Amino acid sequence: MAGKTLYDKLWEAHVVRRDDDGTCLLYIDRQYIHEVTSPQAFEGLRLAGRQPWRPAASLAVADHNVPTTDRSAGISDAVSRLQVETLSRNCREFGVLEFDMNDPRQGIVHVVGPEQGATLPGMTVVCGDSHTSTHGALGALAFGIGTSEVEHVLATQCLIQQKSKNMQVRVEGEVGHGICAKDIVLAIIGEIGTAGGTGYAIEFAGSAIEALSVEGRMTVCNMAIEAGARAGMVAVDEKTIDYVRGRPYAPESESVLWPRAVDAWRDLRSDDDACFDRIVTLDAAAIKPQVTWGTSPEMVVAVDGQVPAPEDAGDDVKREGYTRALAYMDLQARTPITEITVDRVFIGSCTNSRIEDLRAAAAIAKGRRVADGVIQALVVPGSGLIKRQAEAEGLDEIFIAAGFEWREPGCSMCLAMNADHLESGERCASTSNRNFEGRQGPGGRTHLVSPAMAAAAAVAGHFVDVRTFESR
Amino acid sequence: MEPFKIVKGLVVPLDRSNVDTDAIIPKQFLKSIKRSGFGPNLFDEWRYLDRGEPDADNSQRPLNSDFVLNQPRYQGGQILLTRENFGCGSSREHAPWALLDYGFRVIVASGYADIFYNNCFKNGILPIVQSAAVIDQLFTEVDLAPGYVLSIDLDAQSITTPAGEVLAFDVDPFRKHCLINGLDDIALTLQRSGDISAYVERRQQQVPWLFAD
Repeated sequence: MAGKTLYDKLWEAHVVRRDDDGTCLLYIDRQYIHEVTSPQAFEGLRLAGRQPWRPAASLAVADHNVPTTDRSAGISDAVSRLQVETLSRNCREFGVLEFDMNDPRQGIVHVVGPEQGATLPGMTVVCGDSHTSTHGALGALAFGIGTSEVEHVLATQCLIQQKSKNMQVRVEGEVGHGICAKDIVLAIIGEIGTAGGTGYAIEFAGSAIEALSVEGRMTVCNMAIEAGARAGMVAVDEKTIDYVRGRPYAPESESVLWPRAVDAWRDLRSDDDACFDRIVTLDAAAIKPQVTWGTSPEMVVAVDGQVPAPEDAGDDVKREGYTRALAYMDLQARTPITEITVDRVFIGSCTNSRIEDLRAAAAIAKGRRVADGVIQALVVPGSGLIKRQAEAEGLDEIFIAAGFEWREPGCSMCLAMNADHLESGERCASTSNRNFEGRQGPGGRTHLVSPAMAAAAAVAGHFVDVRTFESR
Repeated sequence: MEPFKIVKGLVVPLDRSNVDTDAIIPKQFLKSIKRSGFGPNLFDEWRYLDRGEPDADNSQRPLNSDFVLNQPRYQGGQILLTRENFGCGSSREHAPWALLDYGFRVIVASGYADIFYNNCFKNGILPIVQSAAVIDQLFTEVDLAPGYVLSIDLDAQSITTPAGEVLAFDVDPFRKHCLINGLDDIALTLQRSGDISAYVERRQQQVPWLFAD
């Protein structure tokens, strides 16, 4: 019998019941809750007179609507304020722990969870948010769900699910200087396409993935959904265990449970003879800094490349998509990427707002200045604790001296539900995950890049190859 | 949830691939704490010429007359015809809520993003997959015949075209059962509470660190 994949192991350990047609009732160890996709779920419980099955399995934090400027006066937008207050009221009523907006642990839910040790290897993790795939970096099965399923998990601690197929994406070899996790995952999406992982759970593996820090693996797993896969994951290794050790919600490393847990976690990897439905392999050494040019994350090229032309697309439907994207982005085919100027820069989001992301951006910003043509360059840490750490390291001073704005934690301009947004027609170098039409503000134009590339675009005023920049 | 039996309805062709949930319902409308009322803002940025706001009177806003939902021949549509990877991006269930609130009960496409696909079934919307060739054929037929209506029979898993052609489609048996009967998933799962408790008891022995609460 063939061995098991990491996904097989995680899945099987959580099956409560399996019906003959393959439909499974899957137990959920951790549910994260934010203000946007939960109000209707709590309302559903209330209307049906139901109570949460296990309130302590949920952890809530408001992130999408919160201001990233001074919060002492609360939220000025009345609709946003109501949504954030509704979350707090629901959490109190149903006994769910919430880190409120002024708690130093507040931040983007996918940054906060792992940081607190609330995501552990071997868990099933869900949230009403597609970027829940982030948590798979710790060897967990983590995926986004809709609001009906949020309610379902609250009421039953389970979900009715069908198992996905297994895909392994192997990135082999060593990446070059200046290449980071974001470039790797954008290159993967460029290779398999935004629907390439539909119907699959993706395990990221290979020496270049093993070489990443756990934070870098989170960046990769975060964007599994941009490749179409609900879940992305990475096998547990010593880095994973070191990452988890000592975090507030992890088992205490002095306790008798810790060695037992570590023993169990070490098995969270695919067996050597595991069988995948699809394997994709990328050569790490060939990956260059990536920049998206269009309105889908698969519309991506290397920084030394050019904006493609519609005739480069493989079929009629794709050609139509290219034509539309070029018009929306106001780009001419064959324009070198490094000639594209930017109006704003956004460094943040659940993809790239952890400490190593801020360090990478600061290493470029240090001793340089945001270019005159750039209206605004935002740095938004992923959590209050990351903000504190960055300040302890002096990163805030580097950013501020270079002309960046140093903000409070939240989702911010990734999806512009708070006050941070692009004006129509503006072009942004963004470390976030989606370049859809209007994503960062109606009519806004988004180019997805790594934190170092975003910082370099800020100081140059246009995209530049970060490999030609000296890090300081 | 309204039970789904047979839907016979006007087809609206949205000739794009990779339609994301940000396009289906833009972020400013996600601030609502309700499940209803999203229909007027379905495809808001394509449908109107100005920027939509949650409190705006949509009947007073300038329409983009080129957009398919604004064309007279497609008013009152119940079936959305589109292309690959429909509903990609965010997990927001506001996307199916907006489609349903507008009046769509069926989507016919060559593919869907997984989370969106799942969310449809939770809201009484049937997402049907057909091959790219069949989708091409349907786009052509819709274009040539104003008032083009398809009849969708979930029980028989069939689509009938105006010419009487019958196309089959696949649907997962459990999802079909729930959709036809308008069943509440949560009530179904709670019937299994004994299984859940037994699982938890077993699991607490194996991985006690996951049950520290």
